[in-house]
Amino acid sequence: MKMYLLSVYQPDGPIPAPDVLSKIMKDVDAVNRDMKTANNWVFTAGLHAPSTATVIRSKNGQAAMTDGPFVEGKEHLGGFTVIRAPDLDVALKWGQRLAEATTLPIEVRPLQGEGD
Amino acid sequence: MSEPPRVVQEDIERIFREEYGRAVSVLTRAVGDIDTAEEAVQTAFASAVERWPVAGMPPSPIAWIITAARNWAIDRFRRESTRDERHAEAMMRFEHDEPDDEDTLIRDDQLRMIFTCCHPALAEDVRVALTLRLLGGLTTAEIARAFFVPEPTMSQRLVRAKGKIRDARIPFELPSDEDIGRRMSGVLAVVYLIFNEGYSASGGAELVRDDLCREAIRLGRLLAALVPDEPEVLGLLALMLLIDARRDARTTNDGTLIPLHEQDRARWKHERIDEGQSIVRECLRRNRPGPYQLQAAINAVHSDATTAEDTDWTQILALYDLQMDIAPTPIVELNRAVVVAEIDGPATALAIVDRLGLADYRVYHAIRADLLRRLGQTEDAATAYRLAIALVGNDGERAYLDERLRSLSSRA
Repeated sequence: MKMYLLSVYQPDGPIPAPDVLSKIMKDVDAVNRDMKTANNWVFTAGLHAPSTATVIRSKNGQAAMTDGPFVEGKEHLGGFTVIRAPDLDVALKWGQRLAEATTLPIEVRPLQGEGD
Repeated sequence: MSEPPRVVQEDIERIFREEYGRAVSVLTRAVGDIDTAEEAVQTAFASAVERWPVAGMPPSPIAWIITAARNWAIDRFRRESTRDERHAEAMMRFEHDEPDDEDTLIRDDQLRMIFTCCHPALAEDVRVALTLRLLGGLTTAEIARAFFVPEPTMSQRLVRAKGKIRDARIPFELPSDEDIGRRMSGVLAVVYLIFNEGYSASGGAELVRDDLCREAIRLGRLLAALVPDEPEVLGLLALMLLIDARRDARTTNDGTLIPLHEQDRARWKHERIDEGQSIVRECLRRNRPGPYQLQAAINAVHSDATTAEDTDWTQILALYDLQMDIAPTPIVELNRAVVVAEIDGPATALAIVDRLGLADYRVYHAIRADLLRRLGQTEDAATAYRLAIALVGNDGERAYLDERLRSLSSRA
């Protein structure tokens, strides 16, 4: 088995209206449940807004901090799921399910280690 | 004892070209990794170069190569299995891998390789390059030349692609029943892309590049042998054969393109036409039409006409109408308009063409130019020819369009 990171990329800007959002959350929950039933689910997390991020760099043993995300762009990482799957085709199937549920693009990327 | 048959370098090169893909496919399943499979098969061919001229050609060169490659891989795994679990697993596969029906197994392995090379998670140019390398046995240098990129660029592209297959674990498996239709049309698209690049090179001096056409037809035959039940596979093969039959008639001696209606039909390859037409008939019997079958059928009707004037345009229009029903695209509509021009005249056709937003497509401008010329709108025709010329990549097509543009001004 191999592990894959499914990242949810969402556009910067206002979040969807409550009723839209609650449907999305319900759909995502259903996907997670199905992943668990299929024994593919490892971990899921949703992230707070990029504005809550802090970037820290170490220089000569001193911490230098900047307020905000590491990469500024038009999209940001909104959340991620780690799954365990026998191959990319299975991982892509879950990626597609997640893309349908979130209505957002999903990046599927293999983790190093296990199964390499 | 009789003398072993003489083996020359060319024989080995020919066998390499014909069998490399088969051997790598079989080895990939056995060792679970394309790079190791390629190394094993290349090593086997290297020892063939030494052995065959001395010992004579083995009765089945492909079996010899596969056995030699397996033995090389087994040796390597023996050395490495103590420290690497994955290699130990591969070793196990080897030892339990005693196939009853070698031929079926080789066929399935080749099909697996085709689906891996044409996996939708790989970019289109990558799929084409991998297919030519791993199924066609073309060298990296040959593929680089075919697509006008420097060899190191192509080499890097192939290395990266194989890295993705390995690291993301793109499976070396046949797609599930649910996916096979969609995945198969992806495979057919790659083969047709190779054919088109060969038939109407997107750049460079030669209009037709035989090596790519030949390779695409070879892949088409391979697919038809592997999946004989899929009529679109046969449709694509028939389409390529029927188009390729006109190859010699399609350019003048100096390489200028000759359009279909001006070609010397005696120069068409009638064997290819017969083969293509008989495949089209076989497809029609199955009554499961698809875009490649319909394109093949349209080309079969063209091939039937002994002169351009004899073309059965009504039948061709009916086939285009059917294609617009099942798989409408602006390109199909554009080509349909050319047929409409023959039946209802250029004005009706131009009205259709002008609705299509295909300003980036050179053929669109060339077709518009021709319709405008026939309507006597010389100024507009000249503008359209110039737009087409600006978009054309290869010299043969440019020469043809230049000539049309010149004849236009001499008439005016």
